[in-house]
Amino acid sequence: MSTNETLAQLSNQLVYASMVAYAVSTVSFAASLAATKGRDLTQAAAPVSRRSAKAAEKAEAEGSVLVATRIETETGIGDGGSEPLAPGRRAGNIAISVMWLATILLGAGVLFRGLSVMRAPWGNMYEFSITTAFAISLTYLIIALRRDVRWLGIFVVIPVLLSLGLAVTVLYTEAAQLVPALKSYWLVIHVAIAIICGASFCVAAALSSLYLISEKAERRTAEGRSYWGTGLAKRLPESTKLDGMSYRTIAFMFPLWTFAIVAGAIWAENAWGRYWGWDPKETWAFITWVGYAAYLHARSTAGWKGRKAAYISLVAFACFVFNYFGVNIFFSGLHSYGGV
Amino acid sequence: MTERTVDDGLSTVPQEVDAGAPAGFGVRGWLRWAWRTLTSMRTALVLLFLLAIASVPGSVFPQRGTDPAKVAAYLADDPVKGQILDRLGMFDVFASPWFAAIYLLLFISLAGCVIPRSVQHWRAMRARPPAAPRNLSRLPEHREVVSDDTPDDVLDAAAEHLRSRRWRVDVDREQGWVAAEKGYSRETGNLVFHLALVVMLVGVALGSYGGFRGNVVVREGSSFANTLAQFDSFAPGRGFDESSLAPFSFTLDRFTAEFQRGGMQNGAAREFSADVTFVPEPGAAPETRTIEVNEPLVVGGEKVFLVGHGYAPTFRITDKAGDVVFKDSVVCLPQDGNFTSSCVVKVPDTTPQLGLTGFFLPTAAVDDIRGPHSTFPAADDPAVFMSAWEGDLGLDSGAPQSVFKLETENMTRVGIEAMRPGESWTLPDGTVVAFEGYVRFASFAVAKDPGKELALAAVVISMAGLALSLLVRRRRVWVRVSAAAAASTLVDVAGLTRSEHTTVADEVDELASALGEPAASTADQEEPA
Repeated sequence: MSTNETLAQLSNQLVYASMVAYAVSTVSFAASLAATKGRDLTQAAAPVSRRSAKAAEKAEAEGSVLVATRIETETGIGDGGSEPLAPGRRAGNIAISVMWLATILLGAGVLFRGLSVMRAPWGNMYEFSITTAFAISLTYLIIALRRDVRWLGIFVVIPVLLSLGLAVTVLYTEAAQLVPALKSYWLVIHVAIAIICGASFCVAAALSSLYLISEKAERRTAEGRSYWGTGLAKRLPESTKLDGMSYRTIAFMFPLWTFAIVAGAIWAENAWGRYWGWDPKETWAFITWVGYAAYLHARSTAGWKGRKAAYISLVAFACFVFNYFGVNIFFSGLHSYGGV
Repeated sequence: MTERTVDDGLSTVPQEVDAGAPAGFGVRGWLRWAWRTLTSMRTALVLLFLLAIASVPGSVFPQRGTDPAKVAAYLADDPVKGQILDRLGMFDVFASPWFAAIYLLLFISLAGCVIPRSVQHWRAMRARPPAAPRNLSRLPEHREVVSDDTPDDVLDAAAEHLRSRRWRVDVDREQGWVAAEKGYSRETGNLVFHLALVVMLVGVALGSYGGFRGNVVVREGSSFANTLAQFDSFAPGRGFDESSLAPFSFTLDRFTAEFQRGGMQNGAAREFSADVTFVPEPGAAPETRTIEVNEPLVVGGEKVFLVGHGYAPTFRITDKAGDVVFKDSVVCLPQDGNFTSSCVVKVPDTTPQLGLTGFFLPTAAVDDIRGPHSTFPAADDPAVFMSAWEGDLGLDSGAPQSVFKLETENMTRVGIEAMRPGESWTLPDGTVVAFEGYVRFASFAVAKDPGKELALAAVVISMAGLALSLLVRRRRVWVRVSAAAAASTLVDVAGLTRSEHTTVADEVDELASALGEPAASTADQEEPA
């Protein structure tokens, strides 16, 4: 089977077009964040009364909708329909709309890449990266439909742009058929799950980083000391909320990641005759798994909750990123293919 | 029946017992302390970190298990550093004692933590939900409603409501409360996950004990019978019985390889397939089968995998008397992605003995820097570049020799020549070397892993357990009734959960609205002092 060059070309152009749109979206998100008035950090840091704890717990039920209501209330949007838009809101809306456009362009790029070779478009690092970028954005946009997560936008769009940037420069590979080792329906299962996990890992890492900044800002504010992250933290939800969101993302992703590894093992058994051979990719997938397992355990271990657990989740994400790029670049193994 | 407090056992987090200092000075005190320390969550966490860190050198250094040739090359390149690393087990990380020590300690720690908790959980599942606390308004979720029914009817309605939603329910009419608990499968899943991991490890151990893995190179037209002697390399588990090898054999009729032509991925493999005539057991009817990369041949509990391929040029060597002293296809080892393949031919039946070394090039090219090399993996323009050596091959010395290496110590080079298929080359002493053509060879791995089904079953069960432990919420609700004004009952509904970032608000709301109407008089004092 040969490659349909027209579709492959079209796919490349769509990916470039999406990058332009993502860049515009990044700027809008930045403007939105900068214009947002923000919350009073002393409130979060002050000892919580039972009543407000109760309110918070109730709000927890409504998830991050709370964040929306809180910001709305504080910025005065909820007060009346005729009020002008709060600062940062218009820019945030533009950013989301442009991000939709970018994601549709990217989705079409991924689709045409697949159609040009008539197979699942994740046979090499380039295809894997653009699909992951698409998955990250789509996940974020779906969440954004239901919750106000404009504050998170920039921290999602930047990894998406980085991933696409790496894809079109370092990792670019022409559309082509697969090497025989990848011709299996497990490619669709194993790699698709790995892509979803990659997207979740990325979002969880962004949330954990924001938690660390927000938590410190709240503490420093309570102590009356200055901190570079205070300005940013003001525009974010409370640190406990960020921590909870990060936890839920990882708790959702961890069984999936386990499944991705198991699916890979089943495939390996069928292709190479052993389900686990400590190939560098397998080893680092295992290290990543152990890292996130450590995170989940740390959260329920005295002395490891909070910041330490968040650091562990960031280390685990670093292991994932290394597994994704580093292993193909630095080590040779059975997962080397498609130019990188 | 054990009395339980409002929130004991509701969390899946184990009680962190501070191991502290050993109690007393006796051996038992120390042992108890050591056991408690080992089975604490903190130790498990440290062991998890160690396991991750210990795996890293396994990806940095070449491993004997996956790439013994690279390990040998590393040792040859840097003997001093190589020896030190070898002593530390850096080339056998995953089979090293220190790696085993970490995961065995981890699994002991895990078992020591999980087994007592399983017993505890078993009891909790059979126990009644804890009695309703006196003051339900102190709980995080609390609603107050008024019902027109009698207190007993309200209790019955509450119990009915909860039972139909599969809560474990306990009713105390005298005291006027209903207690219910749900989500035991959170802890069940958690325990199943950890126990299944231990079973998976047993499956892995079983596989490496009772299984084997062997490699064999088969040329087109040649056969392989599944016996120990025919393997090029064979790695059995300690408990493997070689007489249990499945008695099959096959002949490689044709090996097909296709490669990408043009573009950035020029030369990348696109299609490999090995057509074989397969005989399941001696005397059975031969079957035609195709073995491909993701399509192994399955025979009983064994599988035959296609793992590599290459070229075997055919040489016909005639001595000066005109007798054929050698006629065979010689397996040449691929050196690069374009299948520049190194070949060695040993002809012991001539005097002096004859040896050939050189290259087979599927698409031949020569340049000043790389010398003879291949520019494409398919045999578009095949050629051999060989040098001939005469003297003593050293085969009689008794020292083991590789078939892929010519010992030229006691030999002299008598000539060098390039040949296309069909060409021949006459050496100075009259010996004629004819390059007749080539066949392809395929390398196969035959493997058996009797533990893989157990490992897979265990891992599937553990994933189910993991999903339960992360998705299910363990929660309790209580209903308390008290007579209000005439013909109405005051109903308190409350709920509690300890799972992280979850709530029972919805369920408490639903129960409250099923039992009565919000009390108008109490609507404003949501939080009684």
